[in-house]
Amino acid sequence: MTVRSDVSLSRPRSKLQLALGREANLGDLAFRRITALFAGAMIVLLVWMAVEMAMASKLSFAAFGLGFITSTDWDPVREQFGGLPFVFGTIVSSLVALLIAVPISLGIAIYLSELAHPRLRTPMGFLVELLAAVPSVVYGLWGVFALAPWLRETVEPLLAKTLGFLPFFQGPQRGFGMLAGGIILAIMITPTISSVSREVMRAVPAALREGAIGLGATRWEVVRVAVLPYAKSGLVGATILGLGRALGETMAITMVIGNRAEISASLFAPSYTMASVIANEFTEATGQLYLSALAEVGLLLFAVTVVLNIFARLLVWRVGKLPEGGQL
Amino acid sequence: MFFGRRELLVLAAGFSLACSKSAPAEADKASPNAAPVSSQAAPVALNGAGATFPNPLYSKWNAEYNKQFPNIRINYQSIGSGGGIRQIIAGTVDFGATDAPMKDDESKQAPGKLFHIPTTIGAVVLTYNVPELTSALKLSPEVLADIYLGKIKKWNDPKIVADNADAKLPAKDIGISYRTDGSGTTNVFTDYLSAVSPEWKDKVGAGKSVKWPAGLGAKGNEGVTGQVKTTPYTIGYTERAYATQNQLPMAELKNKAGKFIAPTTAAMSAAAEGVEMPPELYVSLVNSAAEAAYPITGYTYLLVYADAKDPAKGEAIAKYLWWGLHDGQKFAEGLDYAPLPTKVVALVESRLKELSASGKKLL
Repeated sequence: MTVRSDVSLSRPRSKLQLALGREANLGDLAFRRITALFAGAMIVLLVWMAVEMAMASKLSFAAFGLGFITSTDWDPVREQFGGLPFVFGTIVSSLVALLIAVPISLGIAIYLSELAHPRLRTPMGFLVELLAAVPSVVYGLWGVFALAPWLRETVEPLLAKTLGFLPFFQGPQRGFGMLAGGIILAIMITPTISSVSREVMRAVPAALREGAIGLGATRWEVVRVAVLPYAKSGLVGATILGLGRALGETMAITMVIGNRAEISASLFAPSYTMASVIANEFTEATGQLYLSALAEVGLLLFAVTVVLNIFARLLVWRVGKLPEGGQL
Repeated sequence: MFFGRRELLVLAAGFSLACSKSAPAEADKASPNAAPVSSQAAPVALNGAGATFPNPLYSKWNAEYNKQFPNIRINYQSIGSGGGIRQIIAGTVDFGATDAPMKDDESKQAPGKLFHIPTTIGAVVLTYNVPELTSALKLSPEVLADIYLGKIKKWNDPKIVADNADAKLPAKDIGISYRTDGSGTTNVFTDYLSAVSPEWKDKVGAGKSVKWPAGLGAKGNEGVTGQVKTTPYTIGYTERAYATQNQLPMAELKNKAGKFIAPTTAAMSAAAEGVEMPPELYVSLVNSAAEAAYPITGYTYLLVYADAKDPAKGEAIAKYLWWGLHDGQKFAEGLDYAPLPTKVVALVESRLKELSASGKKLL
């Protein structure tokens, strides 16, 4: 055996390998080039998409200019197009979703990483992640047949009775609307946020937890003092992932949000998102201006996503620079 | 490393060999079939795309036609009327399909003259969820328009009660549901509302997507049905096939002759009988004057170039359309569409005889 392996090690190298010196160089070079190509391809794709959409929306931009962003009138029959209600609907529904999903996801992550019995951790974590694999049309159907009636009959009357003095909880209660959209999105992004958060928390060094326990910290104090401060930039990152999914979600939210191009302070009122209007109207859109206006909505969605992501990146960066300790 | 470099090289060489070998082999196989275009046995694949509304009928047609003529294969993609029009203009499909006739500026973009070929008749029905109602809801056109304009807000509004004297209508708010995705169904429905209500025509108009004055939007027939089913006191519209297959309650509508008519296939055919078909072979059927007509009815069309580029395909399309016009009509009723009236069949026949390829008549 030893003899044979010696033979294979001393096998003469090819001319190319000799010319390049060490064998590893060629592989490294190829690896580097190929991965650079992949990374570059994504950037090219991104720029290409932006340029294509900008070209497609030229007609609409020429007709409405900046008024497209400030106008609330979306009337395909009269060919008057304004995208503000969709921008509003997309941003507000995503924020409502984050407002609901982030605390719940953090709770799930803390429980699974810090508190749950080790034998429960894996199956429960698996079940939560399974939710991320449910197709969005299934969430949508559940929204139509279960969530919306429940909101209409139970949740919305209760909110109106207790918090009805706020403008967010006024007006007719129909079940379908911004609230239903936000809740559906929240359910859809919870698995993403919670599973990433859990991994981030698992990565907190045990020494930090032990130190906190050594100082006499309770379970909750360990989480607050040792785990959360160390994990915070990862947690913000998890939230951004969730936000990304919420912004781009189309099918489930269009089934429950009510699809009216209106801006209302009330969460009971119907709304409309950018992704939904494109998905709903593009297939049957006829006429150059109409198609162009839909392309401009796509461009707006692109812009909103980029701006929110930059904002979120800055947030991660800021949070990352904060001191990592906590206070008891 | 899973593979050594040498193995990778061998794999890559083998792969490229396999590719370069198979390409000419396929070409060899294809060429004898492609050459004799005029031969009866030559298989032809036709691609069509467009309206979703007649998709069940076209799927049935394509399957039946393929059974009778195994060498003709027809693929139909129900991507929506707008997509169908765009693709036939771009020439990426052999025929398009649409529920609403092409607009003039669309026809101008096409490289050649396009014929509209009416294939079948569909209807849009009003479905509702009013637990108190035991018999079919009756609606007059003005009332329906006012409901969708948001002017009639309660089920016990005197205007609704007037048409439903023996029904017990509750003092509940009317929920309104509409299709939010662009659709031929919405086009026919808003076309009807524009025909019967000057205010609707003025404020909203007709189209596949419109700016709805009131109500909630739902995606697809199933979305509207979902909203209506789960929300008591809601009214919505869907295509008739969807409503009958799901056994939804359907309102009777007062037609132009003043009669309340349920949406039956007979009433749809009657609507088509009552409207003169103009030479361009497309016309709105809504608010037909015929005595027995159901008022929210419409044709759906296939779009084909008058002069085909490819004679083999042109001939296949012409024969397929001829078959659909005659043999195909018997499948309509079972799928909740109404067959074309005989007058219209005769008109379409003469139009199909005008189809040509490079100037040569095909039928």
